[in-house]
Amino acid sequence: MKIILKDATLLNPAQKLHEKKDLLIEDGIIRKVGELTDEDYEKSTVYDFAGKYCVPGLFDMHVHLREPGREDEETIETGSNAAAAGGFTEIACMPNTTPDIDSAEIVRYIKEKSKEHLVEVYPIAAATKKRQGEAISPMFELYGAGAVGFSDDGVTIKTAAVLKNALEYSKMFDAPIIEHCEDESLSSGAMNEGINSTILGLPPLPSVSEDIIVIRDILMAEYTGGKVHIAHISTKRAVELVRWAKKRNINVTAEATPHHFTLTDESLKTYDTNFKMNPPLRTAEDVEAIIEGLKDGTIDCIASDHAPHSIEEKEMEFIYAPNGIIGLETELGLALSELVHKKRITMEQIVEKLSINPRKILNLPVPQFKVGEKANLTVIDPDLIWTVDVSTFKSKSKNSPFDKKLLTGKAVAVINKRKMYYEDKFIDI
Amino acid sequence: MSLSSRHLLGLYGVPKEDIQLILDTATTFREVLERPIKKVPTLQGKTIVNLFYENSTRTRISFELAQKRLSADTVNFSTSTSSTKKGESFKDTVRNIEAMKVDMIVVRHQSAGIPYFLTRISKANIINAGDGLHEHPTQALLDMYSIREKFGTLKGLNICIVGDVAHSRVAMSNIFGLKTMGANVSVCGPSTMIPVGIEELGVKVCKNIDEAIKSNDVLNVLRIQLERDAGSRIPSVREYHNFYGITSERLEKNNKNILILHPGPINRGVELTSEVADGPYQIILDQVTNGVAVRMAVLYLLGTMN
Ligand SMILES: [Zn+2]
Ligand SMILES: [Zn+2]
Repeated sequence: MKIILKDATLLNPAQKLHEKKDLLIEDGIIRKVGELTDEDYEKSTVYDFAGKYCVPGLFDMHVHLREPGREDEETIETGSNAAAAGGFTEIACMPNTTPDIDSAEIVRYIKEKSKEHLVEVYPIAAATKKRQGEAISPMFELYGAGAVGFSDDGVTIKTAAVLKNALEYSKMFDAPIIEHCEDESLSSGAMNEGINSTILGLPPLPSVSEDIIVIRDILMAEYTGGKVHIAHISTKRAVELVRWAKKRNINVTAEATPHHFTLTDESLKTYDTNFKMNPPLRTAEDVEAIIEGLKDGTIDCIASDHAPHSIEEKEMEFIYAPNGIIGLETELGLALSELVHKKRITMEQIVEKLSINPRKILNLPVPQFKVGEKANLTVIDPDLIWTVDVSTFKSKSKNSPFDKKLLTGKAVAVINKRKMYYEDKFIDI
Repeated sequence: MSLSSRHLLGLYGVPKEDIQLILDTATTFREVLERPIKKVPTLQGKTIVNLFYENSTRTRISFELAQKRLSADTVNFSTSTSSTKKGESFKDTVRNIEAMKVDMIVVRHQSAGIPYFLTRISKANIINAGDGLHEHPTQALLDMYSIREKFGTLKGLNICIVGDVAHSRVAMSNIFGLKTMGANVSVCGPSTMIPVGIEELGVKVCKNIDEAIKSNDVLNVLRIQLERDAGSRIPSVREYHNFYGITSERLEKNNKNILILHPGPINRGVELTSEVADGPYQIILDQVTNGVAVRMAVLYLLGTMN
């Protein structure tokens, strides 16, 4: 089958491409970039994408699919559908499932399940056995089975000694250790410590809890030469520490979530548990520091930390409700509305942070707009105004604090693995 | 005159006029409590549920008595923290109660924000009887009532809250309410017990108890909640008592006109010596009596709104 993407602006900073050109795709392979003939247009299904960007397929490197274990909240399939609807062609999933992703068997199970779907799922395996922080996981085997990184996400790798081991070992295949940075002894709280936790009377979680682990990890990355990726960075100080580390060429990268660059702990005033996540929402100063970090490259990527929870679990006493929100379907819209349209970062940077850099960190190839390449792309309408409506979400869970929010910018089509997601449907191409 | 909100979730942001109205109404009920027949038919036919997820005999009895004095029908639902540890059933419990057509819910719970959650899942008027470390507005209102009874006003008074302020919902409600009413509020205690950012609320921090006694008209002395792991924030109860305990000697040396409040129950020999707890400076039992009148006022004002 032949399709043509007409009049879109091809934007791929990885190939220094920013040009309006038509794409001819046949059986999922790019056959022509520009210079299409009348015959091509006659024999193809033509999609008019005037005013839209066509970028290498978006990649979210921090997603919690609940399979195996909590298929009532999300499955590999529903999470992948949500990813496609959000504009992603590839995602990496975190290992805190039940059981944890700490055996080759489970890595293979996930790879197998994602095979037929447009969205490719790359498993991040546990860094330690059962994510207990006692001994490193069988990384060679996990890597061989298809894991692309290692993490104990949900918690920090417990001790500096185990972290040292994990970094030295994972160095052998250049895979990153992805750290959820939180000092366990300081982390019994439910919201950021500050004037708002004082007013709301919720147990506080001080920002220094994150900073202490970030600096520990940076120093350990320097010492071992291993590769550390800081997940969901949320504090001003942590951004400064990563900036400091990068200046010293320490092998550290970082990601930020849309909620950490759009919301503050002021949002907790009504005790809505859809604003409860870990790391917690911080202050306006932290938000500003994260945006600055995204702008100057200190923060390499944007990731959702998509964390589905059932309504029953989320609608309960604030201190008992689980942490986390879903994010795949609002991520791009928030990034475009809050960062691009507010002129904080450029469209090129969006592509870097949502497509190119996550792949570089995980040593995966960046899709190119070149003849003979597999079509793996996202079409973005930067000016489409839409209202978030969780009831229409593809995700099985609905725990989003952004319901009813007006956003500007949305993915209108994604193509990968000879499939296209367009106008709410998957089409074989 | 009526209140601006149909719930009492806390005192943060509650307008001065509302607090004034509650305190004035309480004065009327205080007189009722001195009559031989201490009952009025004001809330006849109203059903009130006391939903207590935390043990608190004092507050519950005070509310119950206030409800009976107003002729309301009351139902008590008490459960220990442990039996609903995970809390899955909270929403179901409330839905069940809601189905019984109740008019008001008085709630105490260990999780801050529960009264807000209740307003989203119930149509009843909600009264916060203490939620986590957030607020305990009726306790603060009765403290304010008791102070006003003594001084005739709250405006311009120097009032210091002493003890584990950071882990006290009573303290926070007092701070919010007193600030609104124009009092000069300060807090005194070891630094580990002073809430983060409290100065941003216009509250002064005092580290020395003798200073606090000297420069204030009223001390509201908090209970050191040993059960809420106060132990991790102070090295020992003995050390706390030595540096922050209120003794007769300290009062006599620094300020003979001071008024001492305590929300109870008292840890004698910790935050107050027995001599002070039973002595001439305190009005602890008045607070208890006033508590019933203030709760009657709140129940009456909310219960007759709709
Ligand atoms: Zn995490
Ligand atoms: Zn996560």
